Amino acid sequence: MVGAAGELATDDWKRVFTEARALGVLQLGLSGGEPLARQDLEELAAHAHRLGLYTTLVTSGVGLTRGRAETLRDAGLDHIQISIQDSDGAMADRIAGMRAAPFKDAAVAAVRGLGFAFSINAVLHRANIDRVRDIVELAASLGADRLELANTQYYGWALENRRALMPTAAQITAAQAVADDAIRRYRDRMRIIYVLPDYYEAYPKACYGGWGKVYLMVAPDGRTLPCHGATHITTLRFDSVRDRSLDWIWNESPAFRAYRGDEWMVEPCRSCPQKTVDFGGCRCQAFALTGDARNADPVCTLTPLRTIIDRAVEDAATPAGGYRYRYLTLEPSRT
Amino acid sequence: MPLTEASVPTLWRLARVIFDPVRQQAVLVYPEGVTLLNDTGAAILELCDGHRSIREIATILGHRYQCDVLSDVTDYLSQLADREFIRGD
Repeated sequence: MVGAAGELATDDWKRVFTEARALGVLQLGLSGGEPLARQDLEELAAHAHRLGLYTTLVTSGVGLTRGRAETLRDAGLDHIQISIQDSDGAMADRIAGMRAAPFKDAAVAAVRGLGFAFSINAVLHRANIDRVRDIVELAASLGADRLELANTQYYGWALENRRALMPTAAQITAAQAVADDAIRRYRDRMRIIYVLPDYYEAYPKACYGGWGKVYLMVAPDGRTLPCHGATHITTLRFDSVRDRSLDWIWNESPAFRAYRGDEWMVEPCRSCPQKTVDFGGCRCQAFALTGDARNADPVCTLTPLRTIIDRAVEDAATPAGGYRYRYLTLEPSRT
Repeated sequence: MPLTEASVPTLWRLARVIFDPVRQQAVLVYPEGVTLLNDTGAAILELCDGHRSIREIATILGHRYQCDVLSDVTDYLSQLADREFIRGD
């Protein structure tokens, strides 16, 4: 967690966006933390728009007043994605760790009133997945153009809370049927994306399209990562845009090169025909669950490591205690 | 609902056509990703303004390319409609 003093300055971000565009980046997500905490957000959005980037604001909605939404629209922001935690207000607040509903209502009213194209994102897990139909109806009633129903993936805090968060197999089956039906019913009105927890898949996802293939992330302090889970791979050191150009980081840095191609793979990925499809799955998950980021993502049913996942899925069938929250404290920065 | 020459195609409001100077080609960008476009695809999409019918778009492009493009334009937009990038009204 980085305090404001540790964050990149306005001109740093503008330079990063300019370098990104020159590298061939087409889309920019303005995210966080909470991006609205930055007062220069509108200036950054305007710069990104002038560069020709498709810009998305990923926000909790807290702080998205009519005034700010208007300025962002005038700055050329293309799309806003607002998170909701549940259709049930009390549960939503419990999951968010704060009374967020009035802020989210205000945010949605602001974007709708201005005719913004917007998405709603709802992270699904055991405590809300039974209400997926209500969540769909809520998003539709709010006028969302698009809805992401994303089952929690298990890294960081979600991994610590996995036993409390993982839906049961029965919940997953029921939710899939609801999602499939909703996707059909809302076709051409609200695009719905439904993502299963990968523990319930037989093969891993091509995580972020592959390590260092199509995506990069610049953290608030300038450290640049192939994905937001990568900081958990403690054997890697990530370079900062404070020290290096984005071009160098993307093309030359050891961290970005670490898992490109297939030289780094071990068996069974090394000899597997799927390797060009899913690249062995998620490096962060392999590291978190096996201690070695070169291993096959244990989600894959072709690796003996799959037993790790099978045990977790079995565990999900038994009740667990409360949540461990990520309380917002400042830590000394780690290089 | 398949598209016909009378359909008025509209691009999904979350999608935009932009020209990428790095790749030197037009691209369709939207929240989940990017689709690279060839010149013809870009030309067709640029004419989808929510008012022109497929017939009118094909007529304009037919003059530009000096041939009958109606079935190609209809096929192209139908494929994009299947992927929900185009809605035909």
